[in-house]
Amino acid sequence: MTVVPARAPWSGVIARGQTLTIIDSGGNQAVDFLVYDAADTSVRYSAPDTIVMQGNIFLTSGSVLYSGARTPLMTVVEDTCGRHDTIGGACSKESNTLRYGHHTRPQHACVENFLLEGSKWGLGKRDLVSNVNWYMNVPVEQDGTLGIVDGISSPGLRVGLRAETDVLVLISNCPQINNPCNGFDPTPIELVVS
Amino acid sequence: MNTSTTYGARDHARAQEQEVERPDAPGAFWAERVQPDGYAHRVVARGTVLRMDDVTGDACAHVLLHHADQPWERLNVADTVKVQWNAYLGAGVLLLSDQGRVLASITESSGAHDALCGTSPQGRSLFTLAAAKHGLTPRDLPPSLSFFQGVHVMPDGKLDFTGASGPGSVTLRAELPLIVLIANTAHPLGSTCSALDVAAWRGEPTAPSDPLWTATPEGRRAFENTADYLTARGLS
Repeated sequence: MTVVPARAPWSGVIARGQTLTIIDSGGNQAVDFLVYDAADTSVRYSAPDTIVMQGNIFLTSGSVLYSGARTPLMTVVEDTCGRHDTIGGACSKESNTLRYGHHTRPQHACVENFLLEGSKWGLGKRDLVSNVNWYMNVPVEQDGTLGIVDGISSPGLRVGLRAETDVLVLISNCPQINNPCNGFDPTPIELVVS
Repeated sequence: MNTSTTYGARDHARAQEQEVERPDAPGAFWAERVQPDGYAHRVVARGTVLRMDDVTGDACAHVLLHHADQPWERLNVADTVKVQWNAYLGAGVLLLSDQGRVLASITESSGAHDALCGTSPQGRSLFTLAAAKHGLTPRDLPPSLSFFQGVHVMPDGKLDFTGASGPGSVTLRAELPLIVLIANTAHPLGSTCSALDVAAWRGEPTAPSDPLWTATPEGRRAFENTADYLTARGLS
C-alpha cells in the first residue's frame, strides 16, 4: 500500500491485468487522474471517447477508460462511491486566476503535479489532456449549468481500476482549497496495486 | 491528350485547371467549402472574424484552436466549460486555453453544439492531417469542440444526441493569433454530414469597452490575462 500525502502527486506503471485501487481515506478527496499506454504515451486517456463509448458523462463500475484511438486502457472493476467526473478537468494556477481571482495564482494546483510527475517519464505540457476526477461531483443542470459541488464520497470508499494493457498512471491528489472538491481540506489517499 | 512524352504530360496537366467552388463571402481572405470528411486549416491573425456556415443543415464542424505563437498552448475544453459554469456553447462563450487566456470568442451562434463528445476516429484522422501541416503531432490534439450537432446531458449523466438543427452559422473572433483546425465529419454519435462553408475576414479583437469583456468576472480575468500576455510580447 502507498499513501499519497495531501496535495502530492504519484505515478507508476500498472501491468496489464493488475488492479490499481484508489482509496479515499479521509472522504471527499478529488483524485485527478491521467493514464497512458505505457508502450506509446501518445495513446492516452480521452475523456470524450470514453464518454461517447458509454453514452454517459459519469464513470462508475463497468466504465472503460478509452484512449483517443478507442483502445481500452483501464476498466472500473470496483466503485463504492457511485459516480465520478469526466468533464471538469484539472485545476491549474492559470484557471484558478479565472475561477477565483488573480490572487490565487501562487496556490498549488493539479497541473503543477501532473507536469512535475509527468516529467519523470518524459511527458510534458503537450501530454496533458482532460483528466478523470475520481470522487469529484460535477452535475450538469438541464440548462447546461455545471459546477463542482459538495462531494458524495466518504472515508474509505474505493475505486478499483484494472489495466487492460500496460499503462502509465499519473495522479494528482488535488490540492484545491477554493471549491468543495476536497471539502476545503485536502487529505491523503491510499493506493493498492494487486 | 497524349501523356507519353514530357511535353504531352505537361500540356495535359496544364489543361486541367478549373474554378474552385467557394462560398460567397465578399471581402473574405479565406473562403472555402469543406466537403463531408474534408478538413481545412489556416493561421489567422488576432481580430479575425471566422464564420462557419452549415449550408444545408447537417454539417458537423469539429474545431481545434492552438495559439499560433506557442502551439503548446491550446484549446482546453474542460477549462472552457468549468470556468464559464456551462456545458453548452453559444454566443458570448469564450474558448479558453490552458493558460487562462481567451483564444476566441463566439460572437454569433445558431443551432446546438457540443463540448463533451470530442470527435470520431475519422475526425481524429482529419485533425492529424491538418495538424501535421503546422508541424503538430497527435500529442498536440486535445479534446475538440463540434458545432452544428447538439448533445444534451440528462440528469443521470446520459447523453441525448439531438443532432442537426438545420442550416445555421457560428462566428468566432480570434483573440490571439491562432492555428485553426477544422474537420467536417459526422458527430461521434451521428452518422451523416453535409458541406460546411468557412470564411474569414480581417477584424478587431474584443476591446475593454466591449460588453463581452466584462460580461462575467471569469471572462474579464481571461481577457486581462490575454492582454497581459500581448503587452509583454509587444503585440498590443
